[in-house]
Amino acid sequence: MNVHEYQAKGIYRKHGIPVPKGIAAFTVDEAEKAAEKLIAETGSQTVVVKAQIHAGGRGKAGGVKVVKGVDGAKAAAAELLGKTLITHQTGPDGKKVQRLLVEQGIAIARELYLALVVDRDSRRVAIMASSEGGVDIEEVAAKTPEKILKVFIDPAVGLQAYQARQLAFGLGLEKQAQKEFASLLSKLTKCFVEEDCSLTEVNPLIVTRDGHVMALDAKLNLDDNAAFRHPEREELRDLAEEHPTETEAKAAGLSYIQLDGDIGCMVNGAGLAMSTMDIIKHYGGEPANFLDVGGGADEEAVTKAFKIILRSEEVKGIFVNIFGGIMKCDIIANGVVAATKELGLDVPVVVRLQGTNVEKGRAILEASELKVTPVATMAEGARMIVGLVRGE
Amino acid sequence: MAILVGHDTRLLVQGITGSAGTFHSKQMLEYGTKVVGGVTPGRGGQKFEGSVPVFDTVAEAVEQTGANATCIFVPPPFAADAILEAIDAGVEVVVAITEGVPVADMVRVRRVLDAQDKSRLIGPNCPGIITPGACKIGIMPGHIHREGRVGVVSRSGTLTYEAVGQLTALDIGQSTCVGIGGDPVNGTDFIDVLRLFNEDDSTIGVVLIGEIGGSAEELAADYIKKHMDKPVAGFIAGTTAPPGKRMGHAGAIISGGKGTASEKIRALEEAGVKVAPTPSDMGTTIQAML
Repeated sequence: MNVHEYQAKGIYRKHGIPVPKGIAAFTVDEAEKAAEKLIAETGSQTVVVKAQIHAGGRGKAGGVKVVKGVDGAKAAAAELLGKTLITHQTGPDGKKVQRLLVEQGIAIARELYLALVVDRDSRRVAIMASSEGGVDIEEVAAKTPEKILKVFIDPAVGLQAYQARQLAFGLGLEKQAQKEFASLLSKLTKCFVEEDCSLTEVNPLIVTRDGHVMALDAKLNLDDNAAFRHPEREELRDLAEEHPTETEAKAAGLSYIQLDGDIGCMVNGAGLAMSTMDIIKHYGGEPANFLDVGGGADEEAVTKAFKIILRSEEVKGIFVNIFGGIMKCDIIANGVVAATKELGLDVPVVVRLQGTNVEKGRAILEASELKVTPVATMAEGARMIVGLVRGE
Repeated sequence: MAILVGHDTRLLVQGITGSAGTFHSKQMLEYGTKVVGGVTPGRGGQKFEGSVPVFDTVAEAVEQTGANATCIFVPPPFAADAILEAIDAGVEVVVAITEGVPVADMVRVRRVLDAQDKSRLIGPNCPGIITPGACKIGIMPGHIHREGRVGVVSRSGTLTYEAVGQLTALDIGQSTCVGIGGDPVNGTDFIDVLRLFNEDDSTIGVVLIGEIGGSAEELAADYIKKHMDKPVAGFIAGTTAPPGKRMGHAGAIISGGKGTASEKIRALEEAGVKVAPTPSDMGTTIQAML
């Protein structure tokens, strides 16, 4: 799960990690009041208005405005709210700005990079730091990998002081900044573990002109598998950032991702679902979605899944590809029949059933007299549905 | 022969009285797996299906039954604890089926695993391991398998069944099929299994099934290039997956331009692996190499 910058900074603040003073705003009025309050508190007229979307690259896309005074903040808020930002992480459609973060302006001496991530290869939490902050870190990693410093945290003993020193010296920090960096890193590490993060990125981490270390930006990815330990997280979810169908599917325990094509897919298992997309594309078709009904889905969830596909206007044909293991083919067949009874069926459906209870499943589909085309293999099914959708 | 599990495997099931544990324990017994005991804290002294003794702790179960493998069906909040308990009891093959274990828990489990050499973890979030005709540990449909000499190792569940189904249809049996799971931090990896297949006289070729995300396939390719002297056919799921979207498995995501299918396919092909052009060609691809 992703959260907005202002929410991530709220979590940082809770863990004592220094961040600029800031207030979230959903309207121009709120942004104006936030700016007034910040200017009164800090005595500085410089205010930053930052678009809050779940994507990086906001600065380059014009989503961050440094302005003077309340009027400047008001104008920036009016410009940003409702605007669609297109960054290298949003995709071509971009994301509509519906929330803002209004922050105090900070005089920056140095911009650094700091991130914590679960590293798959070492199977540990890796800390990455670089003196090249504020820029696209992927570019730094590709061109000058030696500029990215890495240390790995042994889960048995946690972050050690020498590791923080290694990074602080490596970043070339002054004495006061070294101390503050070590303290920030220790708190950030604690935050990472306690909040069950899979990634947190501070880009830039700054040294202010008066020598203090502070997180100027904050990105946080929370591990969905650990949601049971953090019931409070649900409040951080921004449904506007999620595809409504994906949210609906998730609530039913399904894994669904909307794609751009016109062939709906219903599959059990993530690997098989991905391969089904691949093979449709291989035969010249375009999948409309990724849908993994999982192993434990009951008839109700399967019905829901098939209804989601049937309701989608883009879908011109459906391919059901099931290799029953825990999932039983008769449950799939019953779900397909129940969904079509409710919503009707006016697109071709190709069904490939294999594995547990396959005979029962086939019998149910046959008895239903639905117009579905049974096939024996995935390749045959993919070829068939692509042909049917193209009217061949 | 085969690898890791066989006729000598004596299996415990942790979480045997839960719904998934009960269903699959019956299936494993039916397949002929020697399920010698179950573990559910607080249910010690009961009998499962009238014959399999249930214990409160893994240590007690191992002591009483001589179990050397365990299959874990414990829900995610308690799964890491169940794995650690099995390692502590010295169980040799620990198979964790549970999907949805927090990654932080797995980082700690990995630390404990790496500090010992008695127990091997398979999973979590995996279908399990099967040596056809001898021992099935996990949730895969037993009937699609056939005894034979091709090893299968995979990050995916149902896609493994797909591969096995194709092999069996082509009359190619399997020595052992191992699902290593779809999580970013797991126990046994591709290289561990490839090494075992390479050393196993009864295995004559391997099907390796990977997916987008991480670099496990690239590392496997490097191992194959340097050490593998048996033919390997491969498949990578997710050629058409859009970046930044998690494809079901916690580990299946292309991020920062890394972990794409095309990179993995290139690495495997450079290592001499024949990569099936579509998931329907996994069986025929290895067939042509044998």
